[in-house]
Amino acid sequence: MSTLKILVIDDEPGIRSGISRILRNFRVDYPFMEEAFDFVVREASTGEAGIEIIDTDKPDILLLDNKLPGIQGIEVLEYIRKKQLNIIVVMITSYASLELAVKATSDGAYDFIPKPFTPQELKSSIENITKRVFLKKMTNKLQESGKQIRFQFLSVLSHELKAPLNSIEGYLQMIKERQAGPQLDSYDYMVDRMLERIKGMRILILDLMDLTKVESGKGKRDIKEINLVDIARMAIDTMTPYSIQKDIKLKLHGSEVVKVIADSEEMEIIFNNLISNAIKYNKQGGSVDCTLRENGEWVEILVEDTGIGMNPEDISRIFDDFVRIKTEKTRNITGSGLGLAIVKKLIDNYKGIIEVTSQPDQGSIFKVKLPIDKPCL
Amino acid sequence: MSTKNKLILIVDDDQDYLYQMKTKVEAFGFQTLLAESQKEAEEMIEKTKPDLAILDLMMENEDSGFILCYKMKKKYPEVPIIIATGVAAETGITFDINDENNRKWIKADRFLEKGIRTEKLKEEIFKLLKINN
Repeated sequence: MSTLKILVIDDEPGIRSGISRILRNFRVDYPFMEEAFDFVVREASTGEAGIEIIDTDKPDILLLDNKLPGIQGIEVLEYIRKKQLNIIVVMITSYASLELAVKATSDGAYDFIPKPFTPQELKSSIENITKRVFLKKMTNKLQESGKQIRFQFLSVLSHELKAPLNSIEGYLQMIKERQAGPQLDSYDYMVDRMLERIKGMRILILDLMDLTKVESGKGKRDIKEINLVDIARMAIDTMTPYSIQKDIKLKLHGSEVVKVIADSEEMEIIFNNLISNAIKYNKQGGSVDCTLRENGEWVEILVEDTGIGMNPEDISRIFDDFVRIKTEKTRNITGSGLGLAIVKKLIDNYKGIIEVTSQPDQGSIFKVKLPIDKPCL
Repeated sequence: MSTKNKLILIVDDDQDYLYQMKTKVEAFGFQTLLAESQKEAEEMIEKTKPDLAILDLMMENEDSGFILCYKMKKKYPEVPIIIATGVAAETGITFDINDENNRKWIKADRFLEKGIRTEKLKEEIFKLLKINN
């Protein structure tokens, strides 16, 4: 149960006590709300007294008469607006004045209750306001949790950026202190590891740039009809030296022309990430097969590898930011933990689907489905 | 007292930090036992009792080091534990390792910054193992 604070500013004692009485045992409860609301009512007979209460014990809802002995209701409304107080104001008006209504609305009044009013009229107005307060609370909560996620991302990011620096610093310190003796060769391992960590950091920075582009949705996107096969070929050409180095057969299968409406750079990011993962987490002498085809309403991209595979628990995490599967087999593989997070976000933008099937020690299949003829938002 | 028959467990999920720590600790004359995760370390201490442990804080989870420390102290209350961390500076998590209550709960004997100088590290380990430097 939540309690909303209501302040009534009205010079007529009858109205004030009437409102208090009507709302004393009133409750607002909807199935969609997590909690019911009840009300506590405070009263003020002048605008000045009302402002004092507003300053000391801010109400959630203000029921405000315009015609008051000292300052007018509309001035109280202005005071609230100037101080940017989060109070929902309902004007109680004794006679309909269009001019006042316009002024009060532009000053932020939420609703009007004509005087005299029935208990039911008051209750239904309060009901509406309560719904609004509830929704506002929910939005604030959601925005806060969005901020929370952002904050978590940044703390993990700073950890991920610092880790390679610490490691490199540590090795440099050891070299400076000649900890492995006077032979230069003895330091080869340290130098190799430093180069590897620098490479990792560079990948992380490039991935971060991709991620920023995808998340902001603001990069220069050029959405048009493109042949995905061309993009796949380009990605395969880029990856071929890497596959030769790792002794992996890399092949493209399927149709010669598969058209989608998309940004070619974004499609390239998807192919590059999926294919480079398939090579990276493969075994010596293994293969990577990339297939493109149309299947009903969808264009399908399949990237199959004969690599180390994953267990179901790992599969559920791989699309999260900074997740890297840590096993004996992956310990020497460098990556940012962002590649698949980027791929997932891109595919979501295109209202597509990505599915993974995998067998530990057998390999993984990543299947991307993009809707044909439906350009993204 | 000799350092040769003393076994030091080092746990860290960063293989380079692990290598650097191992090289230093072995240069002090100790033997080392290495683990890359909380889980791996837990399996090791089932079979082997080290004379001292140096634990990283953030591994599988951001509090892996604390949990490992807690479990080790339960099994081997007399084995000194150093928690090596850069956590205060880098993660922004609200945990304060200088807080008296937290220290009581965690029961680590020392908290050291990860960038600690080699000499200082040696001094701390020798002190905890009551070896005259």
